[in-house]
Amino acid sequence: MSETPVVIEQHGHAPFLQHHFHTAEQQADASKIGMWLFLVTEVLLFGGLFVGFAVMQSMHPEAFFAAHHHLDRTLGLINTLVLLVSSYTMVMAVDSARRGKQRALMIYLLLTLMFAAVFLGIKYIEYSHKFHEGLLPGKYYSHAGDTVPGQFMFFSFYFMMTGLHGIHIVLGMAAITWLCFRARRGDFSPAYYTPVDMVGLYWHLVDIIWIYLFPLLYLIQ
Amino acid sequence: MADVMALKPGVGGQAAPNYLTASRGLKSWLFTLDHKRIGVMYLASVLAAFLIGGVFAMLIRMELLTPGPTLMSAEAYNKAFTLHGVVMIFLFIIPSIPAALGNFALPLMLGAKDVAFPRLNLASYWLYLAGALMGVVAMVSGGIDTGWTFYTPYSSSTGGAVSLMTLAAFVLGFSSIFTGINFIATIHKLRAPGMTWFRMPLFAWSMYATAIIQILATPVIGITLLLLVMERVFNVGIFDPKLGGDPVLFQHFFWFYSHPAVYIMILPGMAVISEVIPCFSKKPIFGYKAVAYSSVAIALVSFLVWGHHMYVSGQTPVASAIFSFLTFLVAIPSAVKVFNWLATMYRGSISFQAPMLYAIAFLLLFAIGGLTGIVLGTLSVDVHLHDTYFVVAHFHYVMMGGTVIAFLAGLHYWWPKMFGRMYSEKWARISAALVFVGFNLTFFAQFLVGSRGMPRRYYNYLEEFQPLHIVSTVGSWVLAAGFFLMAGYLYASLRKPIDAPANPWGATGLEWQTSSPPSVHNFDHVPVVTTEAYAYATETEETTVGAR
Repeated sequence: MSETPVVIEQHGHAPFLQHHFHTAEQQADASKIGMWLFLVTEVLLFGGLFVGFAVMQSMHPEAFFAAHHHLDRTLGLINTLVLLVSSYTMVMAVDSARRGKQRALMIYLLLTLMFAAVFLGIKYIEYSHKFHEGLLPGKYYSHAGDTVPGQFMFFSFYFMMTGLHGIHIVLGMAAITWLCFRARRGDFSPAYYTPVDMVGLYWHLVDIIWIYLFPLLYLIQ
Repeated sequence: MADVMALKPGVGGQAAPNYLTASRGLKSWLFTLDHKRIGVMYLASVLAAFLIGGVFAMLIRMELLTPGPTLMSAEAYNKAFTLHGVVMIFLFIIPSIPAALGNFALPLMLGAKDVAFPRLNLASYWLYLAGALMGVVAMVSGGIDTGWTFYTPYSSSTGGAVSLMTLAAFVLGFSSIFTGINFIATIHKLRAPGMTWFRMPLFAWSMYATAIIQILATPVIGITLLLLVMERVFNVGIFDPKLGGDPVLFQHFFWFYSHPAVYIMILPGMAVISEVIPCFSKKPIFGYKAVAYSSVAIALVSFLVWGHHMYVSGQTPVASAIFSFLTFLVAIPSAVKVFNWLATMYRGSISFQAPMLYAIAFLLLFAIGGLTGIVLGTLSVDVHLHDTYFVVAHFHYVMMGGTVIAFLAGLHYWWPKMFGRMYSEKWARISAALVFVGFNLTFFAQFLVGSRGMPRRYYNYLEEFQPLHIVSTVGSWVLAAGFFLMAGYLYASLRKPIDAPANPWGATGLEWQTSSPPSVHNFDHVPVVTTEAYAYATETEETTVGAR
């Protein structure tokens, strides 16, 4: 930025350029730094849960192994694929925005939103099944006929981890909906599509966290 | 406060409104995106929190004036020291320098118009307010008696508003994270033309290091506190030994954040000192790069020492030995800083104005606080001193003698810039003396009583400890007198018309090149940096050296 002092006095015409930035590039770079740092905090937030899970699993390996049989691997696998495809549609949305293809951008955003809804729908089926069988966290665990004690702890983690992940899915859907409104208003162009880019990064993180959650919870050996 | 200033636009400043007078009304403050106004709102808020935390401190000291009941019941005492700790740490110290002084000063020092994400900055302040409100509700709806560390299994089984208070700390954590994200992006992308990394003021380096810790450590306390709430609500089992959980795991999680958090508190203090000492010694900082890198080194090592809080919690001797060794490492970058500050003062033309008095007090008190930290980091000694008043005295020498004294140095240093008013130098010096004497009376006595075996957090004590407790309590009154005096002369300065020159201290930073108080956009022209930081009259010094 120091090489282009001329640009400094020209701010103000691009509607998306905030007053305290000199160039659009500087503004986009700042957003990227901010978003990546935010993703780091997300990784550490989930990291605490992963460490807690690892410690508790090492203390109660039989209970965790027995408990994980109650999960439906097929539904878990389908949901993994659904999220992977949604990451693909998100990438295509970012790419469409970068190329200025407004119609494709809207279609890919809506597709991503749809896959997110499918994910939550399958999660709902799984949750209601667990609720029905009394496979609940902590003191609400009431599953009958357990041979191995202590399985409630696995479901404590199952609900905390998938629940926190689910909240992130919902927040992501809200962000994508916001993008849809802005896209319809024509806010994005090849010169400015930072919000699409940033929500895309967030969505991939939510996807990656699930990719770790799936084997951790569903595929214990 | 805002209205007082808005009514008096100043003698010569009628032409150009400053950031305080540019717009009026409560809404213009609560919805402002101006980093300077957000800094001022944070300042008012942290000072209010300091008052609340201070009142709890006075109550604790009053209770300990005599053995047995003096003023309150044992239960009330437990709540008083818990709330003192929670308020001082989460509502006062952590946001004090970064969010209040840093928000105001950092963009000015970098020659920027604002922080990178002004809306995130405002969100950070709102989250702070929300967290503070939750904290206050928790205080009046039952309070909490766990100590600020929230150790399980006590915290997962005791009554009171533990869940609400931990959620408050969770929300405050996000406020702190947002400040950290903002500062890193600002330092990376918004430096003025010509301001390279090694031309930045050292304040920015320390803020950068602080922000790294805020971002990497705070989410872990966030999830830990959520897990504690889950434990209380659902009995999930992770921390409760009755259910097969591990209470020591909570301590690991807690200190994985809370030890680095100690450096979230002290690094900003060091940031201020690195500004004040060159300015009032009229010399460039000695060893710029060493001071800059030592901030980053402290930030990195801070993540590897949490186990030194847990020597007696049943961790393996090998782990304890490693943590002890790593703890000693922290002393190296800390000492690098102290020696460089001293070398900066050496042969400087030192003027003892209020900010410098606080900076010198910092050096003395931080040296004691830091060295007793080495004592406590030593395995065998710690087993004797663990959970005694020696520990209490140690962390008050670092947190209050270090961070709070540095905060006061910064407050007096930037006050003319923030509000355009000069405070009474005479009263400021008297107040600094009272604070220094009162602080040492209060806490040095605690080193002595702690080394003789007085445990911390106890309501009652043996009669032979009473003389030292009396010294400590009387010291707290002197300390309080110093603070009330300070509140008096600072408030009095606000009632004057604007009288501060742009650069009252003859300092070199960019923030002193704009008017006091600055205009809304900080600078009339984007400043261009052509020299190193702290370019204080180097030629004259060379001539004197050469003449010898």
